[in-house]
Amino acid sequence: MTLLGIDNHLPALQVVIPLMGAPLCFLLRRPVLAWGFSVAISSATLIIAFLLLQTTLQTGPLSYALGGWAAPWGIEYRVDTLNGYILLLVTAISTLSLLYARTSFEHEINSAQLPLLYAGWLLCLTGFLGMTITGDAFNVFVFLEISSLSSYLLISLGPDRRSLTAAFRYLVIGTIGATFILIAIGLFYSMTGTLNMADLAILLSKNTESRTFHAAIGFLLIGLAIKAAIFPLHLWLPNAYTWAPSAVSVFLAATATKVAIYLLLRFLFTVIGAEHSFNLFTLNQALLPLGVLAVLIGSVVAIYQDNIKKLLAYSSVAQIGYMVLGITLVSLSGLTATLLHLFNHALMKGALFMAVGAIFYRTGSLRIADLTGLGRTMPLTMAAFLISGLSLIGLPLTVGFVSKWYLVVGAVEANQMWLAIIILLGSLLAIIYFWKVIEIAYFHHKSSEAPVVNEAPLSLLIPTWILVGANIYFGIDTRLTAGVAEKAALLLLGGTP
Amino acid sequence: MIIADLHPGLPFFLGALVVLVTPLRYRWIPLLLTPLLGFINLMGWELGTTTELTFLGFTLNPVRVDRLSYLFGILFHIAAFLGILFSLHLKDRMQHIAGLCYAGSAIGAVFAGDLLTLFIFWELLALTSSLLIFARREPRAFRSGTRYLIFQVGSGVLLLAGTIVYFNDSSSLLFEHIGLTSTAGWLIFLAFGIKSAFPLLHNWLTDAYPEATPTGTVFLSAFTTKVAVYALARGFPGTELLIYIGVTMTCFPIFYAVIENDLRRVLAYSMINQIGFMICGIGIGTELAINGAISHAFNDVIFKSLLMMTMGAVLFRTGKINGSDLGGLYKSMPKTAAFCLIGAASISAFPLFSGFVSKSMVMAAALEEGYHWVWIGLLFASAGVFHHAGIKIPFFAFFSHDAGIRVKEAPTNMLFAMGLAALLCIGIGSYPWILYDLLPFPVSYLPFDNTHVIAQLQLLFFSALAFVWLKLSGIYPPELRSINLDFEWVYRKLVPTQFSNLVSAYQRFAEIAHRLWVYSSRRLEVAGRRLHGPDGQLSKTWMTGSMIVIVLLTLSAVLLKNLL
Repeated sequence: MTLLGIDNHLPALQVVIPLMGAPLCFLLRRPVLAWGFSVAISSATLIIAFLLLQTTLQTGPLSYALGGWAAPWGIEYRVDTLNGYILLLVTAISTLSLLYARTSFEHEINSAQLPLLYAGWLLCLTGFLGMTITGDAFNVFVFLEISSLSSYLLISLGPDRRSLTAAFRYLVIGTIGATFILIAIGLFYSMTGTLNMADLAILLSKNTESRTFHAAIGFLLIGLAIKAAIFPLHLWLPNAYTWAPSAVSVFLAATATKVAIYLLLRFLFTVIGAEHSFNLFTLNQALLPLGVLAVLIGSVVAIYQDNIKKLLAYSSVAQIGYMVLGITLVSLSGLTATLLHLFNHALMKGALFMAVGAIFYRTGSLRIADLTGLGRTMPLTMAAFLISGLSLIGLPLTVGFVSKWYLVVGAVEANQMWLAIIILLGSLLAIIYFWKVIEIAYFHHKSSEAPVVNEAPLSLLIPTWILVGANIYFGIDTRLTAGVAEKAALLLLGGTP
Repeated sequence: MIIADLHPGLPFFLGALVVLVTPLRYRWIPLLLTPLLGFINLMGWELGTTTELTFLGFTLNPVRVDRLSYLFGILFHIAAFLGILFSLHLKDRMQHIAGLCYAGSAIGAVFAGDLLTLFIFWELLALTSSLLIFARREPRAFRSGTRYLIFQVGSGVLLLAGTIVYFNDSSSLLFEHIGLTSTAGWLIFLAFGIKSAFPLLHNWLTDAYPEATPTGTVFLSAFTTKVAVYALARGFPGTELLIYIGVTMTCFPIFYAVIENDLRRVLAYSMINQIGFMICGIGIGTELAINGAISHAFNDVIFKSLLMMTMGAVLFRTGKINGSDLGGLYKSMPKTAAFCLIGAASISAFPLFSGFVSKSMVMAAALEEGYHWVWIGLLFASAGVFHHAGIKIPFFAFFSHDAGIRVKEAPTNMLFAMGLAALLCIGIGSYPWILYDLLPFPVSYLPFDNTHVIAQLQLLFFSALAFVWLKLSGIYPPELRSINLDFEWVYRKLVPTQFSNLVSAYQRFAEIAHRLWVYSSRRLEVAGRRLHGPDGQLSKTWMTGSMIVIVLLTLSAVLLKNLL
């Protein structure tokens, strides 16, 4: 690698490889080929992300001038600990869920559409990676649109006709969100004449009194909150996750909102600066009630769902609330908790959606009432569901506990006992909605006329259990996750991009 | 030791794994071996050892062996063996695994040297024990199991919050004396309080234990509350508040126990009463009182298991557990009846039975420290215990009027388990020094002196007399098929009703809002309607529209906030 000088271009390759892969994938036509190709592409991005994170951890942030045009004028790709961590998460989840996808897609989707689906997947991945890696504000919008348009496509290919309306609604609301972000970036540009994030950070801090700045922040916050599904702007999420193809649900649930949260952090802390975001504009006061409501309402709504994917989707709304709460603390432990939970939530929701996809593969139903007896007939799938659900609740020795621990520590350090209580109340509510499912799957007697089902195939079980294993492994050995998250949080609070 | 010392709880989790893969026919082997091997492993630990481990950047002490934890460790091994033996006939693999993991968690909890480890096992206790309730596989059990779980996890959540605050205050996680001087102390106290069934926090116990499987209740009655008693003895000895909480706990369940019909629920109430004695002892906090509390916990586990086993055997054979449906069973289950009488004698503290040698220590300590009113309360409670647990349980189940039920004697494994427990009751009762030698403090107390024996016998005879007189004169409350409402009514009925009112009010509001929207949209949005199809699509339009309205509202709120 060094011989060819490729490693100098890793930041560009991170985005270019999936971007170029997408049309090729569509041209391949044969579903199996397209699948194999996209797995290869996704794995390549995973390796690159891993190398990038390793480099930044060793030598500090990497800056890459795209096309050789230097920073404030050209587009800069910039990798530091924070987005290196997000890149690794996104590529790892994408690769794992692609491994899972073949069997699941073949069962759910017309084979003629499969190459299109894989191409859309790679484009979506491109969008996520581009949004994460770029150091240019307008470039963020471009990649945001790439990922959004392709995710509308991915969702609309779902096996149920309701996926069409779900995708349409997401399209409408997502476009509004993207437009808001564009408006905000436009306003920033009109104030400073630059689009480079580092440059923006310097120039914006000189001009904090301007009305334009205030308005820009409002648009930016709302636009990102829509993409991150922060309560009450989450309304697109439950249907989109529910009716999308199973593997797409895994991919999107574990990555899409995480990237949006990353952008929120990047803009609030790096571009606008923590000082302005929270002292001058007191955005934490705006976000705090939203986070609290998300945790409480998201969890309570989840309790009343009778569709298992919808239950998980509403639980995601609540979990995003935790991440928002971590941000509002504006402290090292609060931010560490947010970043940790970002990663950990991807692990647990990914595993949960995978288990649900395996159940759908065998039973063809998403109704919770139809889960009766699966504890016996699909023991491995249900065990995976159980363990990752316990992680969601926050049982010790799982990742859920680690992030909850950091979050409560953050709240206690900030002397906000009531916030700690809300967080813990949220995990009580999680028990209620989660245990409802477990009770039906393990303890209810199966009616005699119900069809007999077998355990899910290994091609679904193996990726699921890899994620379940990660749930436990990172729950015990937190050096990688907590270590990197803490470094990234320090970076954010340090104010340097 | 050939095997280097394993964590004392670990053999049970390993045993559960082995049981998971062992076919039904041979399952008894790992089941019975687990507590035995676990016991041998425990014997390999020396008093005074503490292990260290780093987790999340904290130094933890997963195992701390001192006299207090060692005694509870031994006790839990005995209880686990009894419970397993009693449930050996089951074909339900999940119950066996849950039982083993439950015992392992309880052992892990008492050996935890720091609060975080304690919390981990505290949560595991909650989860594994709830499985034993769900395993009954009946709607009632599901509901009360869920309530149970919420209480238990609520306790865990408080413990976690307390631990974090404690760490924030003192930057130490060591589980030593905590006391009620700080917020952290109160949070942890409350967490322990829920698990040890403080008054008003006790309903999970009387609600859920009688709903568990016949074998599950035996496990349940041994571990959860005793872990909490251990934790209180470790963290809050000599806290005066505990004395009054303890006395209340000994007295109030008596009234419920007398009118309750479900005999396992009677035992659940009597359990709270017995825990009251222990908590009272911990509250007094002198060496004698702590010794009394601990040894009473030891004895209580065994005789309460014995009583729960006899009732479990009755339920298993007859399918009934209400006092009003039973009676005359001594004819068909004579051995079970005999074991029940031994258990009853032990819980009522007859001299030469195990309850006597420990309960009187607490009472003597109360007198020594000058808590005379407390002593009188405990005395009343002792009489009450004899009444509902000592007389009522055996009387209504095995004697009373003959209900005409003819069943087989309990299965052999159950009889063995009951026999073993009965043997322990008599053994410890007649030769208490085996137990006394294990206690945290040196014992100079003599149980069998004249005053203790005569006072206790008088108490027992007068209380028996009272029962006979009440029964003959017809004042004694008859066994009715009724449901007695306890404090749990508040959260079982009151809160849900109010909540559903709230929900329906909200639904009405949403309905009106929806109609308004439909009306105005018909007028205003003809074009929009054409876009989304002629009919039936309106609701979908509404939803997308409302999403946008919300987006705009939020945006304007934020903009206003920023600009003003």
